[in-house]
Amino acid sequence: MTFPDMAGHFGKYGGRFVPEALVKALDELERAYREAKQDPVFQQRFDGLLKNYAGTPSLLYRAERLSEALGAEIWLKREDLNHTGAHKVRNVLGQALLAKRMGKPRVIAETGAGQHGVASATAAALLDLECVVYMGATDTERQALNVARMRMLGATVIPVTNGSQTLKDALNEALRDWVSTVETTHYLLGTAAGPHPFPEIVRDFVGGIGVEAREQIVGATGQLPDAVAACVGGGSNAIGIFHAFVPDEGVRLFGFEAGGDGVETGRHAASITGGSVGVLHGNRTYLLQDEDGQTMESHSISAGLDYPGVGPEHAWLHDTGRATYEPVTDAEAMAAFQLLCRTEGIIPAIESAHALAGAAKIAPRLAAELGRTPTILVNLSGRGDKDVHTAGAYFGILDDNEVLVPGEQE
Amino acid sequence: MSIAETFAKAKAEDRSVLVGCMPAGFPTVDDSIASMVAMAESGCDVIEVELPYSDPVMDGPVIQKASDIALANGVRSRDTLKIIEAVSRTGATVVLMTYWNPIEKYGVDAWARDLAAAGATGMITPDLIPDEGAEWIAAADKHGIDRTFLVSPSSTDERLAMTVASCRGFVYATALMGVTGARTSVSSQAPELVERIRRADPHMPVGVGLGVGTGAQAAEVAAFADGVIVGSALIRCVLEAPDLATGHDRLRALSAELAEGVRGGAPR
Repeated sequence: MTFPDMAGHFGKYGGRFVPEALVKALDELERAYREAKQDPVFQQRFDGLLKNYAGTPSLLYRAERLSEALGAEIWLKREDLNHTGAHKVRNVLGQALLAKRMGKPRVIAETGAGQHGVASATAAALLDLECVVYMGATDTERQALNVARMRMLGATVIPVTNGSQTLKDALNEALRDWVSTVETTHYLLGTAAGPHPFPEIVRDFVGGIGVEAREQIVGATGQLPDAVAACVGGGSNAIGIFHAFVPDEGVRLFGFEAGGDGVETGRHAASITGGSVGVLHGNRTYLLQDEDGQTMESHSISAGLDYPGVGPEHAWLHDTGRATYEPVTDAEAMAAFQLLCRTEGIIPAIESAHALAGAAKIAPRLAAELGRTPTILVNLSGRGDKDVHTAGAYFGILDDNEVLVPGEQE
Repeated sequence: MSIAETFAKAKAEDRSVLVGCMPAGFPTVDDSIASMVAMAESGCDVIEVELPYSDPVMDGPVIQKASDIALANGVRSRDTLKIIEAVSRTGATVVLMTYWNPIEKYGVDAWARDLAAAGATGMITPDLIPDEGAEWIAAADKHGIDRTFLVSPSSTDERLAMTVASCRGFVYATALMGVTGARTSVSSQAPELVERIRRADPHMPVGVGLGVGTGAQAAEVAAFADGVIVGSALIRCVLEAPDLATGHDRLRALSAELAEGVRGGAPR
């Protein structure tokens, strides 16, 4: 059986918990996507942009020195080398092409640190779409450079001042915009969450990560890896690399959530390991909520993982036991961040550093279990240029007179 | 009075039902009870208590702000039940408007049971569509709570018929494509939507919400709908008042104006 089912459910997760006003648009989107999937012209266009514009297939790289340091054979899927610096370009190109196909001239997007906003603005510029990005007001101040990037690319950035003024409120505001403008507007959702059909569409658009990596690693080593590791916020890069490996029962799948200060402190963004089942942003999934079902604020050093929910397919993979989800603290992630910089000369996104830290944790376990050096495929989902300020401040390596103004990253 | 009786009584009087909305616990539990009682005394036939929620995607800035204030002041789901109980005890007809997650967290059947015990007659679910509503429909039936789902100008005929068939008590017609909040004019899409609902079910009472804030607008909507639902304009009376006494004076005045409106009263 393939998931989701006809109504968008992954087991009891997913579905559509949205105002009726959006149902017609979601139905239209689903229909357009099913048609596009069967349409060789659409697929050619998408594949062409991925190859010639985004620069995929991304490299698969055997990280020798990191492998030595971790006691495992580590292969990095270099999504950080894609145009715009992360896996997200795959999703935005796919959805922007869908918007064109549906004849919608305007796209809206939510963004936290600004990565999905920049990616959306990029795709909108390329495909001549109007683009409006909702961003929490605190984030627009902290991420002034990404705001400038979006504006350079022609997008309008709207700071969201209600609620907690963060990613979840930006998502609420995008949904409110969409309720009013659905006839002319496509909501370019940034992760594999939200109401059906978004979790499926986003998964499929980023699914090339896993398809490529599977082929590349088998080509290079002659066999499948023992484990695949990815960071999980909303979960798009993780579902993107997991999906092709789900049928390979011998391949363990590990999702690493943002453990912040530690799940036991309550200051984290680990929805599966530290949350409970509920409904948020249109789907049933694991989320951080209080005993009344009010959404709680998440905490993570990584803006891209700082979200109180998670995509419904991850909730399902967790319940079925097909994938294992564990928290990685800020400190563990930053140690892995530094390790990759120093051993491989690669500055990863702090998000991706969670996957590296997770790989470091599972390496000795797998080695003991298998009685040999394990092979671990890690999704290096994004590059760290955007995180230079955060990381520089964390490690205390910014000279006083070189401390960048708050919000500046590079 | 049940929802059905409330609509029947208004019909017999050749007028529409006035539904007034107020978030539970805004700005405090006791103050919100006083606001709701003032609304009921001044002409609101039905008090729609909104359960404050952290992520209200169907609500505009006024209800968001009021909900945030209520949550910041510590309102809990069980306080909403207490408020409903206090307001129903005065004889007012009370329905609850709530986003879905707080109900799922409380326990769907337990909530329907406690809601009925508190005296509410119905529940409006802005982000629960009947497609996902099987558990709620069963619990509401078991405990005698009317269930109101929303229909929208964008609903297809097929979905509209399915949604109306899933309602009991009344159906909530969202007058326009948008979120809650008073508008300067009544949506032109509303009369057609009500007409489409009547074609699907001539007997189901139709309440129209979104964008109504004055007596004149209430009169305009009352001319084609069974119920007129007003939220943001009433809430603003309290939100923008210098003190609660002034807020309640304004709330009474606006409730009376709206009540005159649903009776086809001369627009002021």
